[in-house]
Amino acid sequence: MIFVADKNTEKTVERDVELTCIRCPKGCALRVHVNPDNTATVTGNSCPKGEEYGRTEVLNPMRTVTSSVRIAGTVNGVVSVKTKGDIPKGKIFECMDALKGVRAEAPVRIGDVMVKNVAGTGIDVVATSNYE
Amino acid sequence: MSRYDVVIVGAGVTGCAIARELARGQRNIAVLEKNADICEGTSKANSGIVHAGYDAKEGTLKAKLNVRGNEMMEELSKKLDFPFRRNGSLVLCFNEEDLPKLEVLKDRGEKNGVKDIQILSPEKVWEMEPNITHDLAGALFAPTGGIVCPFVMTEAFAENAAVNGVEFYFEKKVTSIEKSHEGFKVICGDEIFEAKAVINAAGVYADEIHNMVSDKKIKIVPRRGQYNLLDKKCGDFVDKTIFQLPSKLGKGILVTPTVHGNLLVGPTAEDLDDKSDTETTAEGMSKVFKEAALSTPDINKKMVITSFSGLRAHLDDASGKSDFNIGELSEAPGFFDVAGIESPGLSAAPAIGKFVADMVNRSFPVPNKTGFVETRVGIPNMANAGDDEREALIRRNPQFANVICRCEFVTEGEIVEAINRPVGAKTLDGIKRRTRAGMGRCQSGFCQPKVLEILERELGTDRGNICKAGKDSKILEGYTKEDSL
Amino acid sequence: MKNVDILIIGGGPAGLAAGLSAKRNGIGNVLILERDKCLGGILNQCIHNGFGLHTFKEELTGPEYADRYVTMVRDEKVPFMLSTMVCDIAVDDDGDKIVTAMNKDEGMLKIKAKAVILAMGCRERPRGALSIPGTRPAGIFSAGTAQYYVNMEGRMPGKKIVILGSGDIGLIMARRLKLEGAEVLCVAEIRPQSGGLKRNIVQCLEDFDIPLYLNTTVTKVHGKDRVSGVTLSKVDENMNPIEGTERFVECDTLLLSCGLIPENELTTAAGAQIDPKTGGPVVDGMLQCSIPGLFACGNVLHVHELVDHVSAEAEKAGAFAADYVKGR
Repeated sequence: MIFVADKNTEKTVERDVELTCIRCPKGCALRVHVNPDNTATVTGNSCPKGEEYGRTEVLNPMRTVTSSVRIAGTVNGVVSVKTKGDIPKGKIFECMDALKGVRAEAPVRIGDVMVKNVAGTGIDVVATSNYE
Repeated sequence: MSRYDVVIVGAGVTGCAIARELARGQRNIAVLEKNADICEGTSKANSGIVHAGYDAKEGTLKAKLNVRGNEMMEELSKKLDFPFRRNGSLVLCFNEEDLPKLEVLKDRGEKNGVKDIQILSPEKVWEMEPNITHDLAGALFAPTGGIVCPFVMTEAFAENAAVNGVEFYFEKKVTSIEKSHEGFKVICGDEIFEAKAVINAAGVYADEIHNMVSDKKIKIVPRRGQYNLLDKKCGDFVDKTIFQLPSKLGKGILVTPTVHGNLLVGPTAEDLDDKSDTETTAEGMSKVFKEAALSTPDINKKMVITSFSGLRAHLDDASGKSDFNIGELSEAPGFFDVAGIESPGLSAAPAIGKFVADMVNRSFPVPNKTGFVETRVGIPNMANAGDDEREALIRRNPQFANVICRCEFVTEGEIVEAINRPVGAKTLDGIKRRTRAGMGRCQSGFCQPKVLEILERELGTDRGNICKAGKDSKILEGYTKEDSL
Repeated sequence: MKNVDILIIGGGPAGLAAGLSAKRNGIGNVLILERDKCLGGILNQCIHNGFGLHTFKEELTGPEYADRYVTMVRDEKVPFMLSTMVCDIAVDDDGDKIVTAMNKDEGMLKIKAKAVILAMGCRERPRGALSIPGTRPAGIFSAGTAQYYVNMEGRMPGKKIVILGSGDIGLIMARRLKLEGAEVLCVAEIRPQSGGLKRNIVQCLEDFDIPLYLNTTVTKVHGKDRVSGVTLSKVDENMNPIEGTERFVECDTLLLSCGLIPENELTTAAGAQIDPKTGGPVVDGMLQCSIPGLFACGNVLHVHELVDHVSAEAEKAGAFAADYVKGR
């Protein structure tokens, strides 16, 4: 299980967390040491992305969310979308809720913004496919 | 209330064959079917065999109608354009001491009027069928045995009946039948169909329909048969239909090619209580292979693309006669039973159609219709067509260039035709039976969404309403994100 | 009859990369045949991210990855035909390939090619090969079909889902269905370990508290019209169900994610030798099948874990085919 630092007390328990890196399909086994000052030391990674993943995954896990939104005026038309960057893991379902009822106006191009600042994360949801 | 001269209960192969024959006369006919389509009961899940006719005891209806049905099949398959092949059948005998039983079968076959049957030495059999076991004492060879597509055969009868004026009603479950001044009131919930004559072709439910009008109760026991269907890659594993010497419960496990080039093994024979229990079981499926291996030891289990089971309508008859129960009830004149149509029911269906029509004509004579349409042209088949034929079909309708089912090479053109014909398909299973889309090795993995889309367009409904078979078998369940439109 | 130097069958990731590579290697007269209405193949329905880390050094979704290649194909004017189904590949006396195809506008067409690259991809293993006992109601889908309904049409295959098989598509669909509003009860895997990538176990199952039951399979499907539940059983080391371990799980949908197999009907019909282990054609170091001038790449050859690897292999196949054509 993954522990998240309790931001209210600003006190962090020193501990080790074992993780599988999900940055790429290699799936490195990471060991993350959380220091008392709420920083983390990552080992087991084979690239800088892994180090970054290990740190954020323990201190503040983030995910890219992908889904689709409906095309206005169609019954079966959808266009695929994603959060343009990672959002806090705890906000995934808020993000999904924000996509419910969204209707995109055709045509849609890859990169078109579908929802701005989704769930207050500061991240936009953009189209990942084209719809004529 | 709707009024008809004849109401037929059941749109299986028997009901549809009878409907077509009766449509030759000047009468109004309705077929009431409790399911959403034709061919939804016993007719859809059986061996697809046209038996030669040596199994049933001489003098029985089974014997007579089987042999006659077999004789009619070839011409009928051409007239009504359904797949039929006279591939011949073999009954294997594994032990020397059982050889006399083959003689008995041969003898019975000859008395039943089966032509050209002979007993073959093991060497002759191996020459014919190299994959047959070497533990063989001999075999009965019946060249008149055949294979047929039970779906398209039923469809052909139904379509041709409809073209000749027969009206089909679906999702009409008969709840009671009352005698009336005119004959009978056939009641389906709040709908009433009045008819001078009623024909009970309700398959495993024929007892329930019969018992609505008669005190002489009958009982149909659903006898389940489980099958495994194998990939076309092993369709030429055997050429003939391979039986084993029959036992009390049936003709044993058979191994046969299908008219579409698959290999079929089965069926088990299990008497059940539940008339809707078409489950397959692990035991059943392994039993099928175990027993099939007696005939053909090298059969490849890994080539199974699907398994299914069907229910034969076995008449629980104290006399042990075990014959078809066909006739007008003396206690309810105008009510005709066509019950206990288990094997060889499919083989006999054309003859049953004629036999029952003759019976109805005697009790309710009518002049013949002028302009009865004798023939039917089936749905074009792109898979079997040559390049020129394919070209011509695409020129006629470009939808024939759009392959929907890759496994069986079925195009949009064929699916659209299946929907828009008389007694057209409205369900995924209906499309599958009429065109084979989804019948192949991926079992509709790829084509299902596309077939749904075509059904949606042609039927003018939303794809969310399209069902696999009955109305409670919708494929889709709402929208993503619990959205509503 | 149309004449081309290199004909590519399939306009998915393999076919697109092969076509581009052939052209970049100096063969201008190439043609990609795609049976669908658009290029990109299965990537179009793989709307999750995780594609392209090797090829483009960034994390893309499937449609974005496909679009990168489609854009290159258009920019570099690699010819392609859509909605065109290949029916047959034959070899004439000169070793040229005669490919029969059909489409709505041209009917049946014959294309003569000096070399053909097979890039038809793979397909999911069906239920039949698994022979699950029970009924055959609505509500049983291959994971890929469910993915199509959800991602391409915005429709749900059901509300209470059990997934059999923990290959990547199964894992990805577990997350997808959960995100889109369904209850995903569990993923059952007959083997002692998941066939999917570790990252997918983490981000598709653990993130959403979806249990993964190992050494477990579905031994019965319940329900007459629509799936009403499944029986799960533990299996022994030979993958045979252990009696007494059965438990009923109520659900309305069973998703099957039982692996992928190369789609080689055309290859077999053309007479090329098939490797029984991979299910794909036997190829030499030049990705050439047992028939000279017939090349194969991508999932038609063997099922790849990453689309990036498919693209890389297809690029090689395009180059080898170009060499072959130049050498003739």
